[in-house]
Amino acid sequence: MSEHVDTSRRRFLGGTAGAAAGISIAPGVFLNQVAQAKPADQPVSSDNRWGMLIDTNKCGDGCDACVRGCMEENGWGDIHNSEPHSSPEQKAQWIRIVELRDTSTGYAHQLPLMCQHCKHPPCVDVCPTGASMKRADGIVLVDKHICIGCRYCMMACPYKARSFIHEDLQDQLVVAPRGKGTVESCTLCVHRVDKDGADAVPACAEACAAEGHDAFVFGDLNDPNSEISRQLALHGGTQIRADLGLDLGVRYRGI
Amino acid sequence: MTRLFQSLQSLALAAGMAFLAIPLLASAEVPRPDIPEANARYSEAQGCVEPTEEMRKNHMEYILHQRDETMRRGVRTRQYSLEECINCHVPKPESGKVVRSDSKEHFCSSCHSYAAVKIDCFSCHRDTPMPDADTTMHRLGSGKAHHFTGTEAELTADALRAVTEEGLQ
Amino acid sequence: MKKTIHFREVTNNGTGYWGLIGILGLIVAIGLGAAYYMEHHGHYVTGMNNQIVWGTPHVFAVFLIVAASGALNVASIGSVFGKAPYKPLAPLSGLLAIALLIGGLAILVLDLGRPDRLIVAMTYYNFKSIFAWNIILYNGFIAIVAVYLWMLMDPSKKQYSSTVGLFAFLWRLILTTGTGSIFGFIVARQAYDAAIMAPLFVVMSFSFGLAIYLLVLMAAMRWTDRPLGDALVRRLKNLLGVFVAGVLYFVLAYHLTNLYATEHHGYEHFLLLGGGIYTQLFWIGQILIGSLIPLAMLYHPSLGKSRAAIGWACVLIILGGLAQMYTIIIGGQAYPLVLFPGMEVSSSFYDGVVAEYSPALPEFLLGIGGFGIALIAVALAVKVLPFMPQKLDDASADPHHAGGAAEAAAGKAA
Ligand code: SF4
Ligand code: SF4
Repeated sequence: MSEHVDTSRRRFLGGTAGAAAGISIAPGVFLNQVAQAKPADQPVSSDNRWGMLIDTNKCGDGCDACVRGCMEENGWGDIHNSEPHSSPEQKAQWIRIVELRDTSTGYAHQLPLMCQHCKHPPCVDVCPTGASMKRADGIVLVDKHICIGCRYCMMACPYKARSFIHEDLQDQLVVAPRGKGTVESCTLCVHRVDKDGADAVPACAEACAAEGHDAFVFGDLNDPNSEISRQLALHGGTQIRADLGLDLGVRYRGI
Repeated sequence: MTRLFQSLQSLALAAGMAFLAIPLLASAEVPRPDIPEANARYSEAQGCVEPTEEMRKNHMEYILHQRDETMRRGVRTRQYSLEECINCHVPKPESGKVVRSDSKEHFCSSCHSYAAVKIDCFSCHRDTPMPDADTTMHRLGSGKAHHFTGTEAELTADALRAVTEEGLQ
Repeated sequence: MKKTIHFREVTNNGTGYWGLIGILGLIVAIGLGAAYYMEHHGHYVTGMNNQIVWGTPHVFAVFLIVAASGALNVASIGSVFGKAPYKPLAPLSGLLAIALLIGGLAILVLDLGRPDRLIVAMTYYNFKSIFAWNIILYNGFIAIVAVYLWMLMDPSKKQYSSTVGLFAFLWRLILTTGTGSIFGFIVARQAYDAAIMAPLFVVMSFSFGLAIYLLVLMAAMRWTDRPLGDALVRRLKNLLGVFVAGVLYFVLAYHLTNLYATEHHGYEHFLLLGGGIYTQLFWIGQILIGSLIPLAMLYHPSLGKSRAAIGWACVLIILGGLAQMYTIIIGGQAYPLVLFPGMEVSSSFYDGVVAEYSPALPEFLLGIGGFGIALIAVALAVKVLPFMPQKLDDASADPHHAGGAAEAAAGKAA
């Protein structure tokens, strides 16, 4: 444990030294010259690894702004009357609020849970066709063009992050194609990431900030100067079921 | 393998066409599909994003290539994006007319139902423009601006990048 | 001196045969209709949901696939372990293996979200996926057993049959291990995270496969008025008893190792005590009806001699096997994932609660349809090709039959 703290401190110091190269416009705010949106005709690169840090201490009790933000952005859920025939157990949920209560202390809190964008994703390992895939920049997606709907990925995902579509859909949003017989999950708002790069704000994070909670930090885990890396270096972060060794792209604080 | 599948598809299309051409020889009544007109022209010189003849024959190649580029590599150019096909080839929302892919008035279905080739796009992709669909690409209206293959003019890499970003706004 | 055994096509042409074909055909048609209904509307018409993603069709499919490799066992005992009395049983054994596998795969494919994309499943391979490997294993199995049947049935190729038979035997072991690994590789789920899954599936295949084989053999010989010797049936039913006991042993080992590992206590408690339908299916379906009662029937001094009792024991073993698949596949999914050890969790996505699942009729009909496909294939094949021996009375099957030796060999194989 102490060793862990040590390495993160060292990383943090290294990070600060590197960050000095950027221009400091206000305390704690850097104009990072490297972080630029990639041109549309360029492929994504493994120089980046996109991730999120979620501070559950900031996650407001009973708030589900992030969930609604995701629905609005990606076209799933009741607000769009998506999947009217499906039972509640059958309806897709890309992100959900999980309420936790420590059985020994009684301490209760909540957190949003979605695809963790594993570095070693079991869903990708088991998918027979390669429809489940991880992009070079770490975002895990389902290629619905070749998904056969076998649902093995849903069996394999430790986080129950995926949903199967049980009926015909219409009027999907352009940014999030989805349809009957295929599997889907959080895309980390890949359309926003492709457009804005390190400056992107996924819809959940945007909605959370709009609500004044600001529990999400999105950014590049590979860039030591990014906000997310600096916060992780400063305060650390937990991965859910870290024992599985999947190296998650989504980290939490305060669990 | 995809290639093979595609060739099979084209073959099926060709066979379908040939079959349908039989009455064409037999009588003067030609049951041609009624292909709806697009909302805009890509450039003065050509109708679609590639010459119309080429698109009629090979549109699926372009769409398939774009599909994998976007899905797997995050390339989001707009020239061959399905979103743009739909924006241009289906009545604009402001026309008040909604034409869906199960109708023969839908651009894609007008021909596909004629050729009896199943379209798999619209089980996941929407078959109408988004209500707020932007028409940036076609308003620019010039082959120069969006032509990455550069048929009309040589584009420098920088200019290319600039227009690409513009296309993304 | 041993008499040669001749193989003949089935010559029945009466209402009995065509009635059977008609009934099986109807079952197949209903199954296909159910699949079309599910596909047309989408899976919302089934009981499956985002918690129980593999439902009743998978119970039937995996059962049939597992039984398929087991059905080949009889042939393997003949050609691999050189047990003469089993040799005339080999062609039917191979045929049944192929038919059961096709039935199981048909269910699996028809239950896909996008069965129309079968071509995709065949052309895009992710070689890291155990599922993709299974597709290759299954197709390979069909091909190898088909070649094996050819070697068996073509007198000029007879000398190769034992080599090909050995190959088929090894292949079927890998195949069942592969099927078991589909579950064994799912590390995140408490029920499946066990290395013993693969060998458990192998013994299950011996037991289910032989039960189906014995049932089909007895029915087919009887309906075609061909003699079937008591000694041979006794051999097979004793062997079946050994396999059933083997499954029991592995199930015991599985639960004991789970009870040894603290993190699996929750699931064990769920399945063995508090899991409602799954607990009942486990104790009543799998253990009592599927194992203990048939074991008692098979080894009972007088019941063990009655063909009818042996037939019923086979039926019970099959039903118990389906119950076992149900607890493994559906019970394993119903038990919630443990994401936050030591915490009570709840959410709109049913975290922390046992998932609800009640199978819908079409799922069940599709599953039964799979059985129908397998059986109609057998019924048609025995009519066009000489899969069945003309007689299998004890004198012609094995005049010097030395009881027990074959069982011992097969026991070793298990
Ligand atoms: S959280 Fe689940 S769906 Fe997301 S990458 Fe990991 S295994 Fe795949
Ligand atoms: S459901 Fe689709 S994405 Fe998931 S494993 Fe099957 S083919 Fe792959």
